[in-house]
Amino acid sequence: MISRWLVLLALVLTCRPAAARERITLWAAYSGREEAGLRAATAEFQNRYPEIEIALLTVPFGAYLSKLEAAIPTGNGPDVFIDSHERLPELLSRDLLASWPTDAALDADFSGAALGALSNGGTRYGAPLALKSLALYVNTRLVRAGHVTNTAELRALRSSLPRGVYPLVFEADNPYYAAAVLHAFGGELLSPAGDYALLGAPAERTLDTLEEWTRAGVVPEAPSGDLVKRLFSGGGAATAISGPWLAADLPPELEFSVQALPALSEANGRPLLPYVTIEAAFVSRRTRLTASAFALARFLADGPGARIRGEVGGQVVALQRLRGTFADARLGAFAVAAATGIPMPVHARMHAVWEPAARALQGVLRGKAEPKSALRSAAALFARNTRAPAAPARPGLGLLVLGAVSLWGAFCLIRASRDASLRRELRRSATAYRYLSLTSFAVFALVILPLAAGVGISFFSGRGHDFTYVGLGNYWDILSGGGGALLAPGSFWFVLGVTLLWTVLNVTLHLVLGATLALLLNQTKLAGSKLYRVLLILPWAVPSYVTALTWKGMFHRQFGAINALLQLCGVQPIDWFSRWLTAFSADLLTNVWLGFPFMMVVTLGALTSISKDVYEAADVDGASGIQRLRLITLPLLRPVLAPALVMGAAWTFNGFNVVFLVSGGEPGGTTDILVSEAYRWAFTRSSQYGYAAAYAVLIFGLLLLISRGSQLLGRAKAA
Amino acid sequence: MSGRGLASHAVLIAACGFALYPLLWVLSAALSSGELSEAHALPLPRAPSLDHFREVLSGSGAGSVWFFLRQLGNSVCVSSAAALGALCVATPGAYALSRFQFLGRRSFGNVLSATQMFPGVAAAIPLYLILDAAHLLDSRLGLALVYAATAVPFSVFQLRAAFDAIPLELEEAALVDGASRFQAFLRIVLPAVRPALAVAGLFAFMGAWNEFILAATFMSREELFTLPIVLQRYVGEYDSRWGPFAAGAILVSAPVMALFLWLQRHIVAGLTAGGVKG
Repeated sequence: MISRWLVLLALVLTCRPAAARERITLWAAYSGREEAGLRAATAEFQNRYPEIEIALLTVPFGAYLSKLEAAIPTGNGPDVFIDSHERLPELLSRDLLASWPTDAALDADFSGAALGALSNGGTRYGAPLALKSLALYVNTRLVRAGHVTNTAELRALRSSLPRGVYPLVFEADNPYYAAAVLHAFGGELLSPAGDYALLGAPAERTLDTLEEWTRAGVVPEAPSGDLVKRLFSGGGAATAISGPWLAADLPPELEFSVQALPALSEANGRPLLPYVTIEAAFVSRRTRLTASAFALARFLADGPGARIRGEVGGQVVALQRLRGTFADARLGAFAVAAATGIPMPVHARMHAVWEPAARALQGVLRGKAEPKSALRSAAALFARNTRAPAAPARPGLGLLVLGAVSLWGAFCLIRASRDASLRRELRRSATAYRYLSLTSFAVFALVILPLAAGVGISFFSGRGHDFTYVGLGNYWDILSGGGGALLAPGSFWFVLGVTLLWTVLNVTLHLVLGATLALLLNQTKLAGSKLYRVLLILPWAVPSYVTALTWKGMFHRQFGAINALLQLCGVQPIDWFSRWLTAFSADLLTNVWLGFPFMMVVTLGALTSISKDVYEAADVDGASGIQRLRLITLPLLRPVLAPALVMGAAWTFNGFNVVFLVSGGEPGGTTDILVSEAYRWAFTRSSQYGYAAAYAVLIFGLLLLISRGSQLLGRAKAA
Repeated sequence: MSGRGLASHAVLIAACGFALYPLLWVLSAALSSGELSEAHALPLPRAPSLDHFREVLSGSGAGSVWFFLRQLGNSVCVSSAAALGALCVATPGAYALSRFQFLGRRSFGNVLSATQMFPGVAAAIPLYLILDAAHLLDSRLGLALVYAATAVPFSVFQLRAAFDAIPLELEEAALVDGASRFQAFLRIVLPAVRPALAVAGLFAFMGAWNEFILAATFMSREELFTLPIVLQRYVGEYDSRWGPFAAGAILVSAPVMALFLWLQRHIVAGLTAGGVKG
């Protein structure tokens, strides 16, 4: 019976879906209605060209670029993928794109701006699919005029709207949205030359205006994408600034219209100007099925594919001859908005603007910072994240060290092989080595080798796949504060402090809570102790990312259960992630929940192994309950709990899921621990693997030190 | 009941409340219809319905229950293979560490425990290249191998402690009866550590069942996805849908929780033997 299951398991594991004659993979970061539209379009392509099989993969937006980067150079990537035009320089710098053949018949149907955005040095890449920009959604029940000309009108709405209804909702603390205001004041996020530009009067006035809107109740506080959707679709906001994607999520019975963004009265009536993004179908340079890949990209951009994407997916298609032919005419407003908006700057440094700009906006809108100082620290963060990598080093010294070490190793080996007692020893160990061979091989190939490669990478700098040897440059850079003050938030030493505090508090709370519960459960006459034990062990059984995301939801400001509980006790709702102390506490509470059952079970196990005789002897001697605990139980527990504590400390130190998913480093990256910081360098700050690997090696060293130290301490105590 | 007994029950009941509250919250979010609109302290479903479960089951991909079941099947296969593989690889190593004196015994143990301290983030890219070289990207086998290998060090420690707890006399009797060392290991020692094997297998299974960063990096075909990747789509950066997420979370967690509760008696026993001695 078991063997039959094993055979079945082996079959499933080794089989791969049979390859079709021509299989084209298509990647997109779509979800919801857009995804449905794209699926419908590819299904139609499949109908017309049955000999080509299409595999569509929708990748979550956050993971998109890193997945493309990892997959395309090794030949595992998509043949066609959909991305926005501003990523062109990044995609080109990694040589991921095939150039587009000139096709006058096709090009005639796209605007010059769209085509220009997809060109670089006179060569075209990709076919324009859709335009993305912001427009104003107006709830026509709440706004009688059905149209808003300027922001003064919006502000005036406040007096006529029902209580609790906001005149406007949008993600004011997200730089993509705030940029519309910035542009109206004549500012920009990045200069055409690629210099950081969120500075000076326009930037300050943008922050002042948004802060004033929040304070005056024109827009709600802490507006997330969720809140925008919920407020506008539930009639909680009269207008909303959002993109075409919002329309897909609105209930059919809602009466609304869409118009271009209104004028900003605070900027002498200059219009709010949104960023415009052109989404395009790109063909991978590594595709082996060039003709079919181009055929698919063309089908999606032109004719039937474009019509289906517009109708089913609700996209604003770039194809000009289809404008205004769609059933939902409201989306036509986006085409108008796109025509007047500002194209998203095409510059490799653009991706580095968002994180600092978002921090400045969040700091000011939450009343935590003055605009001037927030802008200064944002500029410093941009400088830190984009500074030049460590200077290339000559590999001479590194090679010398490597050579010396291997020579010394070889010398030791030769000397050892002449040693007769060692040879005897080896012969004696032969049986043990046979048992160890499988374990050693597996651990070496899939655990140690990747880790060693990680250590190797830490001596290199560079993004994606072109690396430069920098010796210990990454380490010096990290340890010297990474271009900022030594103890500034985000520097290695600051993050290390947070990590140590995080580890100590967690391990202490795990131990206190776990051991207390175990001691209570271990009472011989306690009724229902089995049931308690089962219930208390449950948190351990839940996948940790499910735990983390659940707690994140429970800490949500508007509909989280924790704030509801607080309100029952008469406490005002708390914006948990806006302040360090509350955000850190939220992480801590989550991780304590996650980790106390382990300590409880370990203690329970240790308690059952303490012999009853010891206690009986103590009873004879007339020891009190407290004395028994202090003089017998705790000393006997220590040797078992010490290694469990070290392991718990290592897990907590590297406890990525909770910090990354619950607080996500908020506010302003101050609750990040070393591991989440390493992850950011590797996957969100333009893939600086070398830098991230250096972080990982430092973490490894620290943990080794800690565990070694605690071992020595334990030995000293025992002696 | 004595005052002390009452106090014990009060503390334990409070702790159970703390442990259960988030779980009940997930349950109520999954069973409510529509999206959450306001905060509720009591985790009771509003307008109960199974809509969210239906949505998760019908999936996004090919839009059928079969597709979800297929991804569930991937998770089951990859995780069981990882658990089996980890046990097969770890058991002989743990036995050698427990029973034999050999050259390099200490350093072997030290290297194994050191691997537990290296953050996995740095290993993702090299692992990707290794799997690519072995033509094991986009393959359930490759994913299972990686999971099995990462589970090996912890399993070795656990199993070694279990072997340590078995008296030597047991094997010696078998050796006297003419069995070879390996036969004694297979027939006498292994059956005696069955609970520890179950627990080590459970931890390996859970590790594989819950992992999503490596899975999301290595797999790029939806029909090969494991459940955590599927679940991740519901709580994106810009749009979180707690209802379907909660329903999916229940579907994903229920099997491991059942397994965990089934084996929990052994977990206590398994760790009793000093299962975490590094």
